[in-house]
Amino acid sequence: MTMSRTEQDAAGTLESAAGSPVEPGFAPGAATTRGRLVLRRFLRNRLALVGLVVVVLLYVTAFLGPAISPWTYDSQDYTAFLVPPSPSHWFGTTQIGGDVFVQTMRGLQKSLTIGLLVGVISTSVAAVVGAAAGYFGGWADRALMWLVDLLLVLPSFLILAILSPGLQQTGWLIFVVLLAAFSWMITARIVRGMTLSLREREFVKAARFMGEAPWRIIARHILPNMASLLIIDATINVGTAVLTETGLSYFGFGVQPPDVSLGTLIRDGTQSALTTPWLFLPAGILLIVSVLAVNFVGDGLRDALDPSSTRGRRRERRAKATAGRRAAVSVDERTSTSGAVA
Amino acid sequence: MTGFLFRRLLNYIVLCLLATFLAFSLASLTFHPLDQLKQRNPPPPAATIQAKAHELRLDQPIPLRFAHWMGGAVRGDFGETINGTPITAELGRRVGVSLRLFLIGTVLGIGLGVLVGVVSAIRQYRFSDYFATLLAFVVLSTPVFLLGTLLKFGALQLNTAAGTTLLNFTGESTPNFTGSFGAAVLDRLQHLVLPTLTIALGQIALYSRYQRSAMLDVLGSDFLRTAQAKGLTRRRALFKHGLRTALIPMATLFAFGFGLLITGGAFTEQLFSWYGMGNWLVTGITTQDTNITATVTLFVAVCVLVSGWLSDLLYAVLDPRVRL
Repeated sequence: MTMSRTEQDAAGTLESAAGSPVEPGFAPGAATTRGRLVLRRFLRNRLALVGLVVVVLLYVTAFLGPAISPWTYDSQDYTAFLVPPSPSHWFGTTQIGGDVFVQTMRGLQKSLTIGLLVGVISTSVAAVVGAAAGYFGGWADRALMWLVDLLLVLPSFLILAILSPGLQQTGWLIFVVLLAAFSWMITARIVRGMTLSLREREFVKAARFMGEAPWRIIARHILPNMASLLIIDATINVGTAVLTETGLSYFGFGVQPPDVSLGTLIRDGTQSALTTPWLFLPAGILLIVSVLAVNFVGDGLRDALDPSSTRGRRRERRAKATAGRRAAVSVDERTSTSGAVA
Repeated sequence: MTGFLFRRLLNYIVLCLLATFLAFSLASLTFHPLDQLKQRNPPPPAATIQAKAHELRLDQPIPLRFAHWMGGAVRGDFGETINGTPITAELGRRVGVSLRLFLIGTVLGIGLGVLVGVVSAIRQYRFSDYFATLLAFVVLSTPVFLLGTLLKFGALQLNTAAGTTLLNFTGESTPNFTGSFGAAVLDRLQHLVLPTLTIALGQIALYSRYQRSAMLDVLGSDFLRTAQAKGLTRRRALFKHGLRTALIPMATLFAFGFGLLITGGAFTEQLFSWYGMGNWLVTGITTQDTNITATVTLFVAVCVLVSGWLSDLLYAVLDPRVRL
């Protein structure tokens, strides 16, 4: 469900980044000031800060936890089958005596790692492809838009599910690549829209007339100007990727048995969820908490990086400041969107 | 306007065909439908395997297989499953089961989502706004399969507390149900509540967030002030001028939302043992059945097509600039 949320979220950022001069110049002094400003605005947002701390803590615990616990994720305790949480097994044990705590930590490790990797990879791909399509236009543009439209008709979840039986022996890194390969399209479309408006700006034209190569212009002038969007999007994509991964694993199409992810743990645990809730509740709660924390970080980053966002300031100012700009840009964005689909 | 809608329709039909072809090819390339036969003990003779391969048309190139399947599909024959039962026989019932879930889920999701979003925007930074925002965030961070499991959990507590089965969570109706028409409807409703809630909650959360930000943009606009200045009450101005404008960006979203709904539907059906299309897709993939997979993909594509086309129509109704 985050697929389209990304588009809308980013649309909000797009308005500010494209509609107002973010920082046309690249003076090093100006950059640090902006960095400090963003940091201050981010730190002011309590919820985002808590989210960041929670994500970091969870990730660290996921690696430290198994080290502290005497059990490993594939070991069995033959003296304790299906026991509820106790001092020796913090989250209880499974039917065959596996320690739920260590398995959950292992699953959290896997799910968060996959999420982070997919978020970063897919956003990078989206940035390059979207900027290329927007900047070069023509065939590159049309092909990209067709891909995005195709993804609309053929949900990426369906493609991944179809592909999964052929990839069951290949390990989770291939799974990461596949997940990333089918989750960049929507972001790419937003990047394309922003590139279309950035392309006509003076500093890009100046670079072009100075004879800079197109790829240098994209890397030096276009992408840095939408850095805020890309950072926010990468964060949101992490949350989406975690949800997609656990979903696929839940169906048995993702991470494969000897290994565990939060999705497989929840699937195995829910078969007897009503009598032995400790089997799936830890994994379920950790999954919700981690995605929630990632989403809060994304939300906080948007507020911090988006100059038109005024959370925490007074309401009257907000209404006046944003109304005119938003009205102007929303028309522009709409034409670019409908033009793309038609 | 007719031209615009017609062009969109054509575009969608081409996309539909392409999507189905893609799914068909991917399935044909990755599935090994003969494995099940080969692993039998004692192993069947090579001639049997070859005959099965011929029967499944595995000896033909993929585009040819697709053409054969599509040719049948146009005439309403979607081929056979790997076990030899005709797909068409089961298709109608499964489509009905899924559509019931999707339609009620969408209507509830859009209706309540827009309502919650508008109320949140009007009452921005009040308690109700914060509460709705937090709730939406939690729901959006919860995968559908977990949400469904937790709802099941809650329903069990409720049933125990009530002493009878108020809410049912297996199947779409009680098997071999006998009773009056009214009782049968009630029985269906008892089965319908939880899956519909599972699927609608995510939609409500999603749409309410968008509707809130769209409505906030409109609230600060000049035309709304003008509408009130010329003497409209705030309520009338908000609904006649504000909501209509704020709904325009949402129209595009509904098509996106439907694609997501279908993914969620697959989980919901699996979780509540509804034998719909999503459940069929999982069966199709686990039994390595290309025909089932292609049929489900076509169904998904047609659903997205219809919802996309409807959202174009809605767009044209809401935004006069498109009609020019």
